[in-house]
Amino acid sequence: MNTPVPNGGARRDKARWLPLAIFAALAVLLAAGVWLSRNPDREKLPSPLIGKPAPQFSLPVLHEAGHLISTQDLRGAPYLLNVWGSWCPACRDEHPVLTRFAETKRVRVVGFNWKDEHADALRWLEQYGNPYFVVVADYEGKAAIDWGIYGAPETFLVDAGGIVRWKFVGPLTDKVIRDELIPELEKLGPEPNGTAR
Amino acid sequence: MALGLSLSLAAPLSAQPASDPQPLRYNDTAEERRFHALVAELRCVMCQNQSLADSNAQIAHDLRREVLELMRQGKSDAQIKEFLVERYGEFVLYRPRVESTTWLLWFGPALVLLAGGFLVARVIRSRGDGSGATDGTATDLGRNRRDGDEEQEW
Repeated sequence: MNTPVPNGGARRDKARWLPLAIFAALAVLLAAGVWLSRNPDREKLPSPLIGKPAPQFSLPVLHEAGHLISTQDLRGAPYLLNVWGSWCPACRDEHPVLTRFAETKRVRVVGFNWKDEHADALRWLEQYGNPYFVVVADYEGKAAIDWGIYGAPETFLVDAGGIVRWKFVGPLTDKVIRDELIPELEKLGPEPNGTAR
Repeated sequence: MALGLSLSLAAPLSAQPASDPQPLRYNDTAEERRFHALVAELRCVMCQNQSLADSNAQIAHDLRREVLELMRQGKSDAQIKEFLVERYGEFVLYRPRVESTTWLLWFGPALVLLAGGFLVARVIRSRGDGSGATDGTATDLGRNRRDGDEEQEW
């Protein structure tokens, strides 16, 4: 049937592989999609606040209703803002890790009690211990929106000048503290001793 | 929907406060219509496969309330979107803006289509070239097309 064609043969052979090449390219593309979707961090949103001034809030202190604390008051030394609630099971997992870190007094740890019941929050801290330098309470969740908070726990690192340097979504682990938080803290430079008051 | 719900229950990334939200009240139907159009274009930050309109996550309730409040402050749709982008990032927009970081997203499909069209045009032209030639290329291809799988070319 087929007589060998000196001129058209090579070109036709190439064209014959084209569908396979397209199929292979599509397969690679889809495989990459599946592969990327294996990453459990895929749903964590990067914070647009990194490198920007921490959003202003003025919130009541959990243990001292009537006493308001603002982001302005927290300036002067770096702090870690940890978002938690008594309704949040992952916060309970995070708690011992956070407590251990807070005890190093490397940086002030400020609690951000999000949409909680006052009594529940107090009971929670009594039961599990209070690692926080101070806890502010956002009962309505308005300040949380300004901070781009969408779940708990979430943790922000704010430097002495009030600039957000780092954010972590989900419970802190020893590994996260060692591999991410400590290097970020070191980037802030040597600190005057006793920043953790 | 049910699948998404069971998945989100199976592996929660992080938890949500579980207080019962009050339903939103609208001043008039125009406001309601504008509100629904707006929240349908915003992505729920917690459950990213749903719009802000569809999601029942607590943060979605809070953000819907915030959106309605901003509308009542006289903010335009663009300003409200900007408000959310400043806090949650470009992710909250279902229709991302045309920027240097999103141009591939916007124009990528058109580029792929163009490339496909170019390829098809080339294949057709190469067949057309052969038809006038005496080497029998095009007739071979033509017959194969007609005869289907009756014969292999090699």
